[in-house]
Amino acid sequence: MLRSDCIGGFMKEHVSLACAAALAVAGCSTTGGSDGVASASAKDWDAPVGADGNAPFPSTYTPYPGRPTALVGATVYDGTGGRIDNGTVLFRDGKVVAIGDASLSTEGYDLIDGSGKFVTPGIIDIHSHLGDYPTPSVAAHSDGNEATKPMTPEVWAEHSVWPQDPGFTRALANGGITALQILPGSANLTGGRSVTLKNVAARTVQGMKFPGAPYGMKMACGENPKRVYGGKGRTPSTRMGNFAVNRQMWLDAQAYDGKKRDLGKETLKGVLDGEILIHNHCYRADEMALVMDMAKEMGYKVTAFHHAVEAYKIGDLLRENDVCSAIWADWYGFKMEAYDGILENAAFLRQAGACVVVHSDDANGIQRLNQEAAKAQAAGRRVGIDIPDAEVIGWITLNAAKAMGIDEMTGSLEPGKMADVVLWNDDPLSVYARPEKVWIDGALMYDAMDRKRRPVSDFELGQPGEGDVK
Amino acid sequence: MKRALTLAAGLVALAATPATAQNVAITNATVATGDGSDPVEGATVVVRGGKVVAAGAGVAVPAGVQVLDGSGTWVTPGLFATVTNLGLWDVGAVRESNDIRAGGSPFSAALDVAPVVNPASQHILIHRAAGITRAAVSGAASGSIFAGQGAIIDLGSDAQAVTRPRAFQVVELGEGGARLAGGSRASAQALFRNALLEAGEFERNGTITSPGGGRGITRQGDDIGIDRRMARTARDRASDVLLTRFDAAALVPVARGEQPLYVMVERAADIRSALALKQEFPRLDMVLVGASEGWLVAREIAAAGVPVIADGLDDLPQGFDQLASTQSNIGRMVKAGVKVAINAAAMENPRNLNQYAGNLVALTRIPGADGLSWGQAFAAISSVPAAISGMAGKAGVLAPGAMGDLVIWDGDPLEVGSMPVKVFIDGVEQPLDNHQSRLKERYRDLDESDLPKAYDW
Repeated sequence: MLRSDCIGGFMKEHVSLACAAALAVAGCSTTGGSDGVASASAKDWDAPVGADGNAPFPSTYTPYPGRPTALVGATVYDGTGGRIDNGTVLFRDGKVVAIGDASLSTEGYDLIDGSGKFVTPGIIDIHSHLGDYPTPSVAAHSDGNEATKPMTPEVWAEHSVWPQDPGFTRALANGGITALQILPGSANLTGGRSVTLKNVAARTVQGMKFPGAPYGMKMACGENPKRVYGGKGRTPSTRMGNFAVNRQMWLDAQAYDGKKRDLGKETLKGVLDGEILIHNHCYRADEMALVMDMAKEMGYKVTAFHHAVEAYKIGDLLRENDVCSAIWADWYGFKMEAYDGILENAAFLRQAGACVVVHSDDANGIQRLNQEAAKAQAAGRRVGIDIPDAEVIGWITLNAAKAMGIDEMTGSLEPGKMADVVLWNDDPLSVYARPEKVWIDGALMYDAMDRKRRPVSDFELGQPGEGDVK
Repeated sequence: MKRALTLAAGLVALAATPATAQNVAITNATVATGDGSDPVEGATVVVRGGKVVAAGAGVAVPAGVQVLDGSGTWVTPGLFATVTNLGLWDVGAVRESNDIRAGGSPFSAALDVAPVVNPASQHILIHRAAGITRAAVSGAASGSIFAGQGAIIDLGSDAQAVTRPRAFQVVELGEGGARLAGGSRASAQALFRNALLEAGEFERNGTITSPGGGRGITRQGDDIGIDRRMARTARDRASDVLLTRFDAAALVPVARGEQPLYVMVERAADIRSALALKQEFPRLDMVLVGASEGWLVAREIAAAGVPVIADGLDDLPQGFDQLASTQSNIGRMVKAGVKVAINAAAMENPRNLNQYAGNLVALTRIPGADGLSWGQAFAAISSVPAAISGMAGKAGVLAPGAMGDLVIWDGDPLEVGSMPVKVFIDGVEQPLDNHQSRLKERYRDLDESDLPKAYDW
């Protein structure tokens, strides 16, 4: 409810002090990525290098122990668009071993009967502010927007992430979320680096960092930056001001020689080198088109437009430029640039051959990404665009992974990939479905049938509702 | 060619939309009446003269009634959304289009949305197309703990949206009220009690000034008691008037119990404090709104006979007043005997009501969780909110004599993706077009080979 709190809501408006007071910025962020694993460009400037090759603040995540597991008898959506009825999924030592029909041998694996149930890859949210706008949503927790100047490529979202945000636990148990990208907010034209996390509870943010995931950089077009800075009597106060500031930033970055360390320039150089993926909050079709041309002018690539409510108007351009659209199913109207939101956005994009990712930007919505995808699918069906269930699951798994640059590691059930797996008690495209079990790297991190197999944040210990089903 | 077809379809749609109530029967449908019962397959619904005549299996179709074959569809009463701000805004962040808040107004309780609701609002059109036929509408508390007087509307395609003005008053207590009251819950409580006392005095005397004096303490055991001037029986209150006469007058029906008071609270302790106000002001007709921790005090709420408009899926400690929030909140309260509607304000848009209700059904299969049966969940977005809104038996239910509000759905209405095929309000079939549907038609393809998209309409 982060965003809706900012704007239109009646009852809950008062709640999100952080968002409302800090900026009233709707659609608080933007990012996306595409392919290619990027590191922090450390090699170019002699920054300290961490154990995983990323520098600094390296991931310290290691998978928890798991059992060799065979899920049998379930309907399997593999994330790539494949569907296997009465399928078998085998994983051990943290990796998917095999996926196939009932003839696969399960010898040596613990059997889990999935009859009447469904299996998908772990759900991935490309756009979250868990940790940087954690609950409780008090002003002291408002860590998502360094809204003091319009360009802050030097900030890193991971330095704001509070790993004790209870929202991570809800995303796991109710949404089957196994990986997610945490983005800075959208107050700034350039908001800073994102961080991709495994949704595994940890004492430190490094303990959650997805090993080997590239960084993203958040940018924002449109109303938010011009409102935030125009409201302070500073540039930019218009959309043309937005572009002028952005273009000059890129020109300055191009001139950076790396001799003296500059945090912001290091990030921008990483973008220009194709190692850091651009996730661009942008609602309006005409602005997305301009941004894609700015990227060509300056020599970088937009990996994904986020909150792209008007993407359906330029599905052809998005396809030609190979840019994903990360979208909601049905959010609209909360701000001027969201006025033309329609339910058919995803279906029309898919019809145009453009990349669709369904995202949340919301601590509640992240618990129901599967339902959001189903709504978008149904809207297509009503206008004669039939999109198979298995492909729709790709909107919240493999497509998200691709746009985050982690698709070689996760996002689908393919041999050798991380065993990030959800067993659903019903069709995940139905409102009646919930995750029954969630594995991350083959470790059982949530089990609806075992009340202790769920994470409880430090914050919730000794407080009303500790360990409740939530 | 495509454009010509679209145009023709549009004309047909217009022609098929009479402005007067139709006499119609839908047969062979799966019918949910909204009263909490399970849906019935192969059933019939008859609407005549703008009212429901009959609904159920084995209902005979009277002569002279248009028959629609409902095979493969579901038929339900129109959804009833409470609480909303439908018709009060066009674009949330466009301040000049948004009448939800009035922090700079000299008035609070007197604010009345009835003359303000815009029946042509896109949000009314869009939500009508989503199967919502009636709603409670209110502004938000902003300059004071009182948000003002809400109205009941229908979402019909006509100039008259408000069916019941001044249907309820809204007050924020708890954390939200504390901020509006100057910083603390104690201040909110004092403001509230003072306001009701002033309203009572205004009712009795036609004024809220009165002579001072008459100090004295009412003691209770060893406690330091309440100064009599703060007790509701005191006749000699100080002249510390806080309410304008307009606001005091607006609160008179609340003090009399003639107008329901919607109290926004989340924390269990705040709910108890709100319920305690009923002891001091027994005539209050109270409804709780929000109530994220309601399950912790469910028996007390039930015993007080206070209905709840509860946030459906809140499960995060959004504030320190919602630490115990859980999606099982509504299921647990209903189990304890509380009458609960799903709060349409606690979601992205009220059109997510059926999705939220469906989620409560899903909870019934999770060990340790408490959900609702399908029938209960549907009632929580139809007959229960209608009853809380003073329309029991008249709206949100397919029962003889009820308003002819019904929706024909293309599938299970609680399932994500199901949408209305037809919507009737007071027996009148409604147009389902709106800004979004027109954009959908324009951008069904991106073909501009002949003319720009701007000519495709």
